[in-house]
Amino acid sequence: MNLVVPIKMVPDLVEELVIDASGTKLDPEALRLKLNEFDDHAIEQAILLKEKGTGTVTVVAPDIEGIDEVLFTAAAKGADRLVKLTGNWQRGVNNHALARVFANFIKTLRPELILTGVQAHNDLDGAVGPQLAEHLGLPYVGYVSGVIVCDGSVQIRKEFPGGLIAEMQVMLPAVLGIQAAEKPPRYVPISKIRATMKSTNLEKFPAMELETAGAPLSVRLFQPQASTRATMIEGDADTVATRLVEILKEHGVL
Amino acid sequence: MNPDIYVVIEHLRRQISDISYVMLAAARAMANVTGGQVIALLLGHDVEPLASDLAADQVLYIEHPAFADFSSDAYQRTLETVIKERSPRAVLFGDTTIGGDVAAWLSTRLGLPLVSACRTVRAEGAALKFVSQICGGKLLAEGDLPAPSALVMMVPGGYKPEQGHAAQSPELVRLDAPTLDDLHVSVKEYIEPAVGDVDIAREPILVSIGRGIQNQDNIELAEELARALGGVVCASRPVIDQGWLAPTRLVGKSGKAVKPKLYFALGISGAPEHTEAIGDSELIIAVNTDTSAPIFDLAKFGASIDMLDLLPVLTEKVQQAKG
Repeated sequence: MNLVVPIKMVPDLVEELVIDASGTKLDPEALRLKLNEFDDHAIEQAILLKEKGTGTVTVVAPDIEGIDEVLFTAAAKGADRLVKLTGNWQRGVNNHALARVFANFIKTLRPELILTGVQAHNDLDGAVGPQLAEHLGLPYVGYVSGVIVCDGSVQIRKEFPGGLIAEMQVMLPAVLGIQAAEKPPRYVPISKIRATMKSTNLEKFPAMELETAGAPLSVRLFQPQASTRATMIEGDADTVATRLVEILKEHGVL
Repeated sequence: MNPDIYVVIEHLRRQISDISYVMLAAARAMANVTGGQVIALLLGHDVEPLASDLAADQVLYIEHPAFADFSSDAYQRTLETVIKERSPRAVLFGDTTIGGDVAAWLSTRLGLPLVSACRTVRAEGAALKFVSQICGGKLLAEGDLPAPSALVMMVPGGYKPEQGHAAQSPELVRLDAPTLDDLHVSVKEYIEPAVGDVDIAREPILVSIGRGIQNQDNIELAEELARALGGVVCASRPVIDQGWLAPTRLVGKSGKAVKPKLYFALGISGAPEHTEAIGDSELIIAVNTDTSAPIFDLAKFGASIDMLDLLPVLTEKVQQAKG
């Protein structure tokens, strides 16, 4: 089975998010990017499917800073083919443009199944998956947390609120938005990633011209100003614990 | 330009989701600016009574056996026709497991701009401005809702669902569904959430853990505190995805909404998918090393220290206090 996983990088929320002087985007100097964690689950799910049957996993990503390591990590986990789409990514890209670029390349691969993260925390114009599906004329189901390949179709588990799961049949080829892989993304030691760097080819293909229509324009970014904020308890663990016990007593919990 | 605001009603197994009422409330605020009507789109099979309490000027009911369950395929094809014919000022979807399968597809299909993660839409003169919540609740993005017609995916928090309920039944108009044979997506069966475990939605004291717990061995520290307090442990998504706790313990958008007397959030950043499910808690206490974590905007008390340092000390002090 020919599996393709398009992925994207997102701001690492562990770092402070600094808005640049224009107020419209994050300051690239202060920005650290990491792999969208739902895409990490999509990679894992694709590799799990490959391990259960036969097939190849191709991981496709825009060629931006930090992507080489992400792609080599995917290869160390079991991905067969790594593709970077080169283009003018510096000024940022919305998901409408990204979906067009992915679709333009992925259609040449004729995959049976495309797995991608169901969403990313910085999506402002919808997720990539359903847009990609429309461009390719394929069915789409998102919030998927389990995939079994059958003959000509996949049986998937789609999550609904409250822990309810729908078992669904989706005809192939298809695009699935992965919420969680059946198993958590595997850990690979850095030594294995280094070895992969030497043995795996990183292919480059030029991306088509970015076409950004479909997303909101001239967006102003700002930090939320909460109307209320927690009363912070300062001090070491002992001081904090003592105060918390008082609070729990005051509120009738203890 | 059609000034009406359309709302795609989300429902599953004969129950309308709260987000539908949130969207109806948002749509009313928008229609007051555009001078249009609020039109609810109800796609279903044998669910006409669900229309009765929707706060809309009109409900367009599209009946078809393919809508007995949610099929992205059937929804996409039907909504494509309706939206194309009418080009309303805005069509609202939930930023949910249902809306997520259709809105972005339609945006591409119809060439209509899409705004996701939208919390509120307000008027600025005759224009509509959206505010979306991104980056785990750490950033807001504001812009003009593209004209003349746009799709919007809404998150909860900006409008009260109560405002989306109506005392009187709205006018109901039936529309024909397009041909819906040869569907590529269909529901085979539902798997109910596991029973037998505790129901966190009913527990008065919850010790909730997030990414900050770091590894499975540390969960025992949270269990000990929960035992001392007479509560149970629950978690945010990353902990459940690691398989460290059962899915029945998941608090958030895809898990349960909770309303305990005490919600003790440990190492939880407070992403919107999580906080939308804890807003009814009586007392929220948050511990997180990141002082900018959005959970502190919701908590009454907070401490910015490592939960792993705090837990053993706190458990001991709670045990002492209880004698």
